[in-house]
Amino acid sequence: MAARRISSLLSRSAPLLSRRGKQSYTSRGIFRYTTAAAALEEPIKPPVNVKYDKLLINGQFVDAASGKTFPTLDPRTGEVITHVPEGDAEDINRAVSAARKAFDEGPWPKMTAYERQRILLRFADLVEKHNDEIAALETWDSGKLFEQCAKIEVPMFVRLFRYYAGWTDKIHGMTIPGDGPHHVQTLHEPIGVCGQIIPWNFPLVMFAWKVGPALACGNTIVLKTAEQTPLSALLVSKLLHEAGLPDGVLNIVSGFGPTAGAALCSHMDVDKIAFTGSTETGKIVLELSAKSNLKPVTLELGGKSPFIVCEDADVDKAVELAHFALFFNQGQCCCAGSRTYVHEKVYDEFLEKAKARALQRAVGDPFKSGMEQGPQIDSEQFEKILKYIRSGTESGATLETGGDRLGTKGYYVQPTVFSNVKDDMLIAKDEIFGPVQTILKFNELNDVIKRANNTRYGLAAGVFTSNLDTANTLTRALRAGTVWINCFDTFDATIPFGGYKMSGIGREKGEYSLKNYLQVKAVVTALKNPAWL
Amino acid sequence: MAARRISSLFSRSLSLPTAPASLGFGRGMQRFTSSAAVIDEPIIPPLQINYTKLLINGQFVDSASGKTFPTLDPRTGEVIAHVAEGDAEDINRAVSAARKAFDEGPWPRMTAYERSRIMLRFADLAEKHTQELAQLETWDNGKPYEQALTAELPLFVRLFHYYAGWADKIHGLTVPADGPHHVQVLHEPIGVAGQIIPWNFPLLMLAWKVGPALACGNTIVLKSAEQTPLTALYVAKLFQEAGLPDGVLNVVSGYGSTAGAALASHMDVDKLAFTGSTNTGKVVLELAARSNLKPVTLELGGKSPFIVCDDADVDHAVELAHFALFFNQGQCCCAGSRTYVHERIYDEFVDKAKARALGRTVGDPFKNGIEQGPQIDLKQFEKVLRYIKSGIDSDATLECGGDRFGSKGYFVQPTVFSNVKDDMLIAQDEIFGPVQSILKFKDVDKVIKRANATRYGLAAGVFTTNIDKANTISRGLKAGTVWINCYDIFDAAIPFGGYKMSGIGREKGVYSLNNYLQVKSVISPLKNPAWL
Repeated sequence: MAARRISSLLSRSAPLLSRRGKQSYTSRGIFRYTTAAAALEEPIKPPVNVKYDKLLINGQFVDAASGKTFPTLDPRTGEVITHVPEGDAEDINRAVSAARKAFDEGPWPKMTAYERQRILLRFADLVEKHNDEIAALETWDSGKLFEQCAKIEVPMFVRLFRYYAGWTDKIHGMTIPGDGPHHVQTLHEPIGVCGQIIPWNFPLVMFAWKVGPALACGNTIVLKTAEQTPLSALLVSKLLHEAGLPDGVLNIVSGFGPTAGAALCSHMDVDKIAFTGSTETGKIVLELSAKSNLKPVTLELGGKSPFIVCEDADVDKAVELAHFALFFNQGQCCCAGSRTYVHEKVYDEFLEKAKARALQRAVGDPFKSGMEQGPQIDSEQFEKILKYIRSGTESGATLETGGDRLGTKGYYVQPTVFSNVKDDMLIAKDEIFGPVQTILKFNELNDVIKRANNTRYGLAAGVFTSNLDTANTLTRALRAGTVWINCFDTFDATIPFGGYKMSGIGREKGEYSLKNYLQVKAVVTALKNPAWL
Repeated sequence: MAARRISSLFSRSLSLPTAPASLGFGRGMQRFTSSAAVIDEPIIPPLQINYTKLLINGQFVDSASGKTFPTLDPRTGEVIAHVAEGDAEDINRAVSAARKAFDEGPWPRMTAYERSRIMLRFADLAEKHTQELAQLETWDNGKPYEQALTAELPLFVRLFHYYAGWADKIHGLTVPADGPHHVQVLHEPIGVAGQIIPWNFPLLMLAWKVGPALACGNTIVLKSAEQTPLTALYVAKLFQEAGLPDGVLNVVSGYGSTAGAALASHMDVDKLAFTGSTNTGKVVLELAARSNLKPVTLELGGKSPFIVCDDADVDHAVELAHFALFFNQGQCCCAGSRTYVHERIYDEFVDKAKARALGRTVGDPFKNGIEQGPQIDLKQFEKVLRYIKSGIDSDATLECGGDRFGSKGYFVQPTVFSNVKDDMLIAQDEIFGPVQSILKFKDVDKVIKRANATRYGLAAGVFTTNIDKANTISRGLKAGTVWINCYDIFDAAIPFGGYKMSGIGREKGVYSLNNYLQVKSVISPLKNPAWL
């Protein structure tokens, strides 16, 4: 039942983020982006204090070896929330040696699977208890909507840890028929010390995708958080230790990619790397692994996912879903439906309604209820998005709405819609990672399949049709790791997620995620007088 | 029954060592102790070399550059044939043929049953041509013909029967959702697979790579090793006869730094599988990282421990440890190249291991009863001799061997070192030759640590009848395969691959299919579901 409840929360996210705004949109601090000149009011004071702001190494909160710190900023204002120790190579070394010791000498991998499961379940309960505090910290640090954190992401985090707790005692090896008198078995062993690097767009959920399966399989971890969002990982890690996790099993190093991240990827004593982030950085991660010790690498990278609206579409629903597919989380989703292909028969109507929907989007302080969109994460992303918007205009796409910053403070961007977008425009090729919808026209199914696949990415795709044949044809033909039909961003714990082509290597979530954290050992024994073979 | 028969053939490779004793003095066969002897004139196999061109899009063609390279007989160093030398331009042609065959061709659109039938027909053809294939393999590679004929070819056929059976058993999953959604997971062919195979087991490595890739519906560009290009071309021809559509399997002979690098870097290749050295494997992965992030499977080097416990039947242990190291001229990535022997039986073991090595028959691999042929080429030959010198220089005790064998070709005397220490080069590096290093241990916990103190983690052997020791050691060793009281058991169903710097991923068995499949989640909402 718990599962059912979470899902309904998640599916609610579409209406939550759209319709509800309408009722309350004149309340204080909410802006339709059309009131672009308006300045945002004073930001709401977050209902939370920062309690943990150090590195977590071997069960202790410690300063960086260098003594350096870096500021983590409030995306609503660009002001400093707090200063966090800046881990670099030396701190990664300390964390890896703690994780190495915790793996090689225990007790973690030497506990029973059931004992590990109990700790993960206790942890899930603790997080549930601290739901709102954790959600508030996440919103403060990342700028995403508090309602989204409190009602969707933290419950999803809890659900993921319960899911992985259930896997701990179900990691089965196989027995295998031999071609002769041999007894053959495979052991699925923990892989060892896992390096994990998570992004800033879903700090907690990405933490769960990575830490959940690694712990379920009996590994130890050095996790590097994104420098934009170091706070929530430290808070939940404290809770994980309260739940009974032994020291050194999970180590958290806050810091930057070129220093801490690179040191982790190059480390000769790290047995596995999992990375979520941009394709460019993913290539470096894999290269560092190749140059060091060939640790296996899982990559979840960028995307430019097509959302295909067929001619039989209920246009209102299609508009709402396509809007959600792109604008959810300020457009900061690797799987954002960022190429909206609309059949020519419904194109004009779709366009008009998509524009109207974007104009209705409630943008403002993410701590306000009824908000649909908060600020972008930081000034770098903010500038990048505005640059892409200019590029769209310059390349001859039609700017239907939006196109500029919103307000004068923080990193808010107007919900932006481009029509008459052509496949060869930069805005139709690059990952923008912001609230910029690009609408393209198609008239033939085979043609749109080719166009949809004509990208270096292959993370996800949306299909909107009620025709079974169309759905089946598109589903098989699209070269993407996830195909959502008449839905989008359904992220249940059991559903594997990952990319074709340059969107990544491997799958996270579901049964598939376990193999990222297991080694396979074949054990073969000679049989004397076997009763059967 | 077929499986049983093949296995017994394969396990016979184990008993090969003792067989020659009875027929030990045939022409051309030499105990290595008679090392001054010159090998007789090499036996010329009754075989014509028909396929020396590249196979691209179903046609045997010259390389774009028109260049060729010689492939040599390791017995003599003389030229067998000149083979078209593929480079980047040929890889481009082959990839575009494979791309077209995947994107437009009949292969991925056939039913799984049709693909399975073609693979079965191919297996039957390979079985029919077993002798020619075994002769060609021996000629090009120098491995004993008996081994090729009675162990490797049957295993090759068996692997294709195995993978033919998988073609219609690639199941996706349906997945329980957290809400009203219908969730299914499709296991799709990954696309164009680039595959680079080594020279030590040319046919078997082809089967390990081509078998699962075809079973999963992919198309292939295969680069064979420049030392052994011939059998891959021959079997590619048989594949055509079996009905494989043009462009599905393309074979490019050539060198790693040109053809291999072009394949690993290619932006239109969706997957790369490589078997070879760890150093080259790192380059392959780096090229994938710098180009299009194609997933990479690596099967690399090893320095596998073979641990003989104090409860061992010494004679049996000596024989198995000997086989674990010397099989295939020591040219096995999983060779048991660190023989750890418990101190209680150490002296007896060393005496008998030395005697066994002295009894090893070295000679023309086409001769019956021969256990060891030449090393693959001059470069490997010299490398092996260099390591032997290093062993002597570092004060290991040379029990026997230590030099080349004869004066022609690349034969090396079966060599045994005792009193080897963990920090000697011969105990750390992959020698890839007939050089056994025997080390002493006294404590199980400690030998586990020593066995694991290597960058490699491919395989391990354990010799004990004590179940507690067997269980403790097999969990404690960081290696992808642990053979207990046996070695080099390579059944089709057993996954093989490395921990640590011995590789990434597993080949053979159900695990191998992952390498050639993409996973696609498909989700649609449910209206009024009867159940969730």
